Amino acid sequence: MEVLGLLGDGMWQAVQPLNLMLILIGVTLGLFIGAMPGLGSVNGVAILLPITFLVPPGSAIIFLAAIYYGAMYGGAISSITLGIPGASTAVATTFDGRPLALSGRASLALVTAALASFIGGSVANLLFTGFAPLLASVALSFGPPEIFALMLLAFATFVGLGGDDIPKTVFSICIGLVFAAVGFDKITGTPRLVFFDISGFLHGINFLVLAIGVYGIGEMLWTLDSTRGKITKSDAKMSVKGIVNDSKEGMKRGWKGTAIGSFLGFFVGILPAAGATPGSLMSYGVAKMVARRPEEFGKGHPGGVAAPEAANNSASTGSMLPMLTLGIPGSPTTAILLGGMVIWGLTPGPRLFVDQSEFVWGLIGSFYVSNFFALVINLAFIPLFIWMLRMPFTILAPLIFVLSVVGGYAATRDMHDVWLMLGFGIGAFFLRKFDYPLAPAVLAIVLGPIAEQTLRQSLLMSKGDPTIFVDIVNRPVATPITIIAIILILLPLFKYIRDRRRGTAQTPSG
Amino acid sequence: MRLGEIITAGVLALFSIFLMYYSAQLPIGYEQGRGPGGGAWPFWLSGIMLVTTGFIAWNWYRKTSPPSQSEGPVLDSYGWKMFAQVGGGLLGFIILIDIISMYGAMAVFLVYYVRILGRHSWLLTLILAIALPFAFFFFFEGLMRITMPSGMSFTGPFYDIMYEIIY
Repeated sequence: MEVLGLLGDGMWQAVQPLNLMLILIGVTLGLFIGAMPGLGSVNGVAILLPITFLVPPGSAIIFLAAIYYGAMYGGAISSITLGIPGASTAVATTFDGRPLALSGRASLALVTAALASFIGGSVANLLFTGFAPLLASVALSFGPPEIFALMLLAFATFVGLGGDDIPKTVFSICIGLVFAAVGFDKITGTPRLVFFDISGFLHGINFLVLAIGVYGIGEMLWTLDSTRGKITKSDAKMSVKGIVNDSKEGMKRGWKGTAIGSFLGFFVGILPAAGATPGSLMSYGVAKMVARRPEEFGKGHPGGVAAPEAANNSASTGSMLPMLTLGIPGSPTTAILLGGMVIWGLTPGPRLFVDQSEFVWGLIGSFYVSNFFALVINLAFIPLFIWMLRMPFTILAPLIFVLSVVGGYAATRDMHDVWLMLGFGIGAFFLRKFDYPLAPAVLAIVLGPIAEQTLRQSLLMSKGDPTIFVDIVNRPVATPITIIAIILILLPLFKYIRDRRRGTAQTPSG
Repeated sequence: MRLGEIITAGVLALFSIFLMYYSAQLPIGYEQGRGPGGGAWPFWLSGIMLVTTGFIAWNWYRKTSPPSQSEGPVLDSYGWKMFAQVGGGLLGFIILIDIISMYGAMAVFLVYYVRILGRHSWLLTLILAIALPFAFFFFFEGLMRITMPSGMSFTGPFYDIMYEIIY
């Protein structure tokens, strides 16, 4: 009951005129920053941090949290309408959101994304309110083997349930992981895979460069080629009745993804150094794994939009938890928020809930209010996004190319990456011709750094013994996750053997 | 398509070997007390990539993958023409960035695509080619404080005027 009283006070604080205005401005700004390829919540929060010194600390963090929320909603918009992930957290939304938009069902994808984001945010807020200290301690008990096992599970879902050519899927995952290793070896600090000594490779290959290349340039070339230039404009439609029907369909077909994203996203979000991007990708993988027809994922399934969108919103709230309770940021954005709090004279950590109770509960209250307004503002803007899709393709296509080039540059501010993005786009266009699935490469380049680091730390812990991942006595969490991942990886082989015995084996490649 | 698939698999196999070679410049084994070497992760992953290209070639030989069963071309004459026009336009766009700035290159690319490839009216073309670069300028340079490439020095006077407006 005490918690409810404190939450009530916090919500009352959040709806004070100044804070409410900041929430509305923050959510709207965040929506557009998130929708702009190459920019994410981290850019918005970092750039607008100095402005917050004009208002009290409580209002300042409410403003920044609102930007964070808005950006999580906004990332889906360009993923769905343009096929370019607005932010890394919306990469997985592209996998099914774009096919839905291409089939004239952009409104279903956008409404599903908005509702799933709202539900994900709401679930996360409830978990945050009720179990903050407990969850923070559970998250801290996750060591490198557990986190690596989770990463392995995400990759395994693509191999076991992708429905694509298995060797090509494995190739795609591995190339994404190798690209993620370009730059510096983070453990020894040695330059690695700096091809032909080109300095641009020293800062690594940003996942957005690959994602924009694959989904912006490659996808557009593919569409132009496969439609023989006959597309003049998308037949995307929008009406009030349509929104209601899309809401029903989105929730009916996406409820499982929403539930998975809401809980898994939150938990991955609270893991230190994980955040919303791995959370959304892993939720997509798990939603695909438990779906009745996993082969429909990647071709325009609402569950494939709901899972990552619920997860990235949930994770964005989750990543605030270790920041507030332990002083450990769960994502780059919360690292900047943490810096802001220190500048405002607040000390994040276990004492914050006691010493700055009004501040903490004001912030938690603002999560609820921001989440609500983000849904309302997002739904209000959906007709505008649909209108964009109804533009003639000969106008939409150059806009997407321009956004891709600008987004590719904005991600790292290096022309080297713009060239790299063009190369990835052309490479993706041809690889897709030969049925190479490209989503696993994007997944791998995002999760690669965490996967490598946790694998190396785990092997260091076990003195090189790989059985640390299946040590049920000492690692009761990592072991079942690893075993499920191994079963999933071997699933195509089991299916092949079964089909051979029945004499029905036809396509061992897939 | 059939020929294209095996050539692609061969190119990817060579690329995997190239990655293995680069990765092997750092230790690729387990070092006592230090864990796996810095090159281990990319080296062994590139090794897996090489093995998968072998499987892809095997599937190609047995004609089990759809591209290996297709005798059609990878790109027909329409496809090559589209690829040359759009890919060439993008190439020109990126080359022009270092000469006439991001915004200038954007305007030229929009004129090329909307007017020449899209065959829209000059009025619509010019509205887009002028309004969009300005909108991007105010969003990135003004609001987000992200400086885009400004091209060669002759664009300086234009930037002076624009910065005068936003600062």
